[in-house]
Amino acid sequence: MVVFDKPHALSDMPMHYCPGCTHGIIHRLVAEAIDELGIEGRTIGIAPVGCSVMAYDYFNCDMIEAAHGRAPAVATGVKRALPDSIVFTYQGDGDLASIGTAETVHSAARNENITIIFVNNAIYGMTGGQMAPTTLPGQVTQTSPYGRDTNHCGFPVRVCEMLSTLDGPEYLERVAVNNVKNIKNAKKAIKKAFQNQVEGKGFSLVEVISSCPTNWGMTPQKALKWIDDNMIPYYPLGVYKDRSAKEAE
Amino acid sequence: MAKLTFKTDKCKGCGLCVDVCPKKVLALATEKINIKGHHPVEAVNESECIGCAFCATMCPDCIIKVER
Amino acid sequence: MADKVLMKGNEAIAEAAIIAGCRHYFGYPITPQTEVAAYMAKRMPKIGGCFLQAESEIAAINMVYGVASTGHRVMTSSSSPGISLKGEGLSYLAGADLPALVVNVQRGGPGLGGIQPSQSDYFQATKGAAHGDFHMLVLAPSSVQEMADLTVKGFELADKYRMTSMILADGTMGQMMEPVSLDYKIAPPPEKPWATTGTKLEREHNIVNSLFLVPEKLEEENFKRYEKYKYIEDNETMYEEYMMDDAEICLVAFGIAARVAKNAISEARKAGIKAGLIRPITLWPFPKAVIKAASQKVKAIISVELSMGQMIEDVCLASEGRVPVTLCNRAGGMIPSPKQVLQAIIDANNGGVK
Repeated sequence: MVVFDKPHALSDMPMHYCPGCTHGIIHRLVAEAIDELGIEGRTIGIAPVGCSVMAYDYFNCDMIEAAHGRAPAVATGVKRALPDSIVFTYQGDGDLASIGTAETVHSAARNENITIIFVNNAIYGMTGGQMAPTTLPGQVTQTSPYGRDTNHCGFPVRVCEMLSTLDGPEYLERVAVNNVKNIKNAKKAIKKAFQNQVEGKGFSLVEVISSCPTNWGMTPQKALKWIDDNMIPYYPLGVYKDRSAKEAE
Repeated sequence: MAKLTFKTDKCKGCGLCVDVCPKKVLALATEKINIKGHHPVEAVNESECIGCAFCATMCPDCIIKVER
Repeated sequence: MADKVLMKGNEAIAEAAIIAGCRHYFGYPITPQTEVAAYMAKRMPKIGGCFLQAESEIAAINMVYGVASTGHRVMTSSSSPGISLKGEGLSYLAGADLPALVVNVQRGGPGLGGIQPSQSDYFQATKGAAHGDFHMLVLAPSSVQEMADLTVKGFELADKYRMTSMILADGTMGQMMEPVSLDYKIAPPPEKPWATTGTKLEREHNIVNSLFLVPEKLEEENFKRYEKYKYIEDNETMYEEYMMDDAEICLVAFGIAARVAKNAISEARKAGIKAGLIRPITLWPFPKAVIKAASQKVKAIISVELSMGQMIEDVCLASEGRVPVTLCNRAGGMIPSPKQVLQAIIDANNGGVK
C-alpha cells in the first residue's frame, strides 16, 4: 500500500529551490489539496515574481506568470472570466505584502472567490536576501546589514491580522511548515482554502511561515528552529478569520 | 517493514528527512554524489522503517515514496 | 441603410466593444474617458458581462491580463497618466503574446498635466509604452464613427496577432457627439489553444508567461515577435489620403488634428494652394510608404499635432529628407485653429518664408 507519493498535480520537473527550502513542501501541499478535491482539470494557478517565479513549471494545471505583486488582480480577471474554474495565487512576502499590497487588500475587500497561498519567509530570496515587509525587527539582511532598525524603516506587516479587519475575506489562517505537526496543519488549512472556493465561499488566504536557509545564513535544520524561536512568536499561528465557521456558531 | 523509494537524482542533500526519522533509518550517502552534485539520502537501516512517512512529509523536493 | 444614433465618442467605444463580444471591462476613473467606464457599468450587468472598478490602473491592466489569458475578449480604458501606470501590464501582455484592447483618451501632460485634449502620448503609444522590445497596434480615430469602427477592428487585430490594440484618441474625440452606425458583422474570434482555461486532464498544461531566463530563447522569442511585426507593417497599415492627387503641400495629421487640417486645406485651395492630407489611421504600423511616395512629389510636408512634435519624427524618417518638414502644433490641451494651419500651409508654399 502506498503511504506517500508525489501528488499528480505536482509536475516531475526538478524544483530550482535551494536545499532545505520549504517552498517545495508548500508546493506539494497545494498539489495534494488539488488532487484530493479532484479539481486539477479546472484549476488555474498564478505564479508571482520572487523565488517561486517558476512555479508555473511545477504544477500540472494551467499556469499564468504574473507581474510582481499583481497575481490577485490577474486571478480576479481569470475568475471573472471563468467562474467555474479554481484559481489560486502563490506569492511571497515581497510580492504580496510590499509591491502588491493594494492588489492583496482589494481582492480581499472584494471577497474575490480565489485562494491565495502566501509564503512568508521574512526575506527577498530570489534577489539575494534583502529586507522584506515581513523582516523581523533587528533581523540582518543585505539591505538591513545592521539589523532592521524600526526607527528607520518601520515595522513588519502582519498580513493575516491586517486583512482580518476587513469585512470581505472568508478565511484567513497562518500556518508553518517547520515540522511534521505544523505541516499537517498547513495541509488542512490549504485544503480548506481551496474547498472554500469550490463551495463559492470567497477569498481564502493561507499565510505559510517558511524558511530561507540560504539567505538567513543557516543550515536547513537551524532555519526550521529559527522559525520556532523567532518567526512564530512574531507571527502567531492560527485562524484569523473564518466567516462560515463563525456564522455556524 | 515498509518500503522506501527515492528519486535520488532530485535529492538536494538537505537532510531534513534524516533528522525527522524516528528510527534513524536514513542517512546522507557521503561517498556518493548525484547528478546535482549533492550527497543524496539513502536508507541505511530500512528494516527499521515503520512507514510513518515523516521523511516524505518533510522532504521539500518530494523525492520519497513510502509503501507499507 | 443602418440606423444612426447620436453618441459620445467614449460611449461609441463602449458599445462597439460590447458588439465585438467584449464582456469584461476593468478600469479606474480618470477624465476625460470616464464615460467608457460609466457606460460599461450600466450595460455589462444586463448582458451577463463583467464591469469591475479596479483599485488602480495597475490592477485594472492586470485583470485584463488575467481575462486575456483565458482567451476572452477584454478591455480597459484610461487617459494619459493612467496609461503610464498601465505600462507595466502592457509590457507583460506583449511578452506573453496576449490579445487585449486598451483605450487612451489622451489629455495634456507631462505629469498630472490637464484634462483638455492632447496627442502627446504618441511616443508612448508607438514606441515606448514600457520596457522591452515590443509594439502595440495603435489605431487613431478621427470621428465618433471611427471610435466605434476601430474598436471592433482593434479586437479583431488583437486576436489575429495576439497583441494589444490601443485606441489612441483624445479628449475631443471622447467627448464630442456625432451620429454613428453600429451595424457590424462580427466574425467569431479565432481558436485560442494556448489559453489557460483548465486542462480538463485532457492536455498538457498551458503556461502564459513572459519569463525566459535562457538568453538564446528570449532572443528567439523577440525575433519571432518582430517577424510578426514586419508582417503587420506590410499588411495592416491604414491611412486616408485627402486631396493628395495634385497636392504640392502635404499635411500629415491624425485624430482631431486631421479634422482641423481638412478645414485648412479647403481654405488653402480657395486661395489657390494645392494642399492635401495624409491621415494615418494606424500610428503603428506607421504609413511610411505613402509618406515616402508623397515626399517624392510635393514641395513640403507639415506635421500637424497636438503635441510638441512627436509624429514629426516618423514623418521625417519616412520622407527621408527629400523635402522640408515643418511642425504646426499646439500643446498642453490646446488645439491648432484652421487659421494657424492655413498660415503654416501658406508659409510652406512660400518655401518656409514667413
